[in-house]
Amino acid sequence: MATRAVITLPARIKAGEAFEVRATVAHAMETGYRTADEGTRLPRDLVRRFECRLDGELVFAADLFAAVSANPYLAFWLRAEKSGELSFSWRGDKGFEHRETRPLVIA
Amino acid sequence: MRSAWLLLAVALAAQADDRRSGRNTMSPALRAMQADDTQHPAQLALALGREQWAAGAKSCASCHGEPDKLRGAATRYPAWDHGLIDLPGRIQRCRVRHQQQPAWAPEAEPLLALSALVAQQSRGLPLQPPRGPELDSAAAQGQRLYTTRIGALNLSCAQCHDERAGQRLGGSLIPQGHVEDYPVYRLEWQSLGSLQRRLRGCASGVRAKVWDWDSAELLALQTYLARRTAGLTMQPPGVRP
Repeated sequence: MATRAVITLPARIKAGEAFEVRATVAHAMETGYRTADEGTRLPRDLVRRFECRLDGELVFAADLFAAVSANPYLAFWLRAEKSGELSFSWRGDKGFEHRETRPLVIA
Repeated sequence: MRSAWLLLAVALAAQADDRRSGRNTMSPALRAMQADDTQHPAQLALALGREQWAAGAKSCASCHGEPDKLRGAATRYPAWDHGLIDLPGRIQRCRVRHQQQPAWAPEAEPLLALSALVAQQSRGLPLQPPRGPELDSAAAQGQRLYTTRIGALNLSCAQCHDERAGQRLGGSLIPQGHVEDYPVYRLEWQSLGSLQRRLRGCASGVRAKVWDWDSAELLALQTYLARRTAGLTMQPPGVRP
């Protein structure tokens, strides 16, 4: 199954005004502290870093750790003066990497 | 004058029907979470459902078209079609018979995702379970189960969800036990779950023998519960604590 992510931007964004971005990605966020039914340790498998870039410039980033729930959901505020392209990336253990892009249209 | 009549009509309607959907007795934060699609924790599951809908050569889309063609479908379950069948059961049957794929395990992620996607299309519609002689007898059996004391705690469904609805069990509100928002994303489960999972959880909660998946008892109980909820507006997938 391909990785899924859901990203929400407001329908209308005004120049210079803060707007909320909501992003979530399907990921188990296995802590490495749990055991399976057979008693074996479930290996750690985390999303380690989330980055959001506007036309290549880093505008928001987060480091995630074992205490973050499955399907990490991040909501944050941005402000932009002009339209561009928002790119989102999630990177983690076992070479996990997921990228999404969304056009940012300033009304 | 007109507004007085309207008020009277509303008051009478309120008096006639004191059923309240579980979503209206939740905390404001949870209500907001269910009402706002961008905050809804089932959104990833719905995305998976849309993916599943179009997946494969013989996809759901190849027969049914867009998911919204099934608007209203979820209001008419459980149904009788060579046996009692609920909405996830119908999806399973479609998968086995028409797509010639192996059935999913109960509560498999793609099955819940598809159930949520199909149920979502009936948002805003009243639950209208069908009638018929077989369904009537199933509902009667379901009502007997609903009012029969079970388990080491010797409790029936009705004792909590009819007689003590609105009171508290520990810190949590006892809901009236309506079924209009299933499948629901339960925060305690951290996932979507079907009505059968909810009912099995209740049975194990009163230390009773847990009914098998798709057993006659579970389906009969679902049939009765659907009639008990009939007429309430559906907003699936729901969010519950």
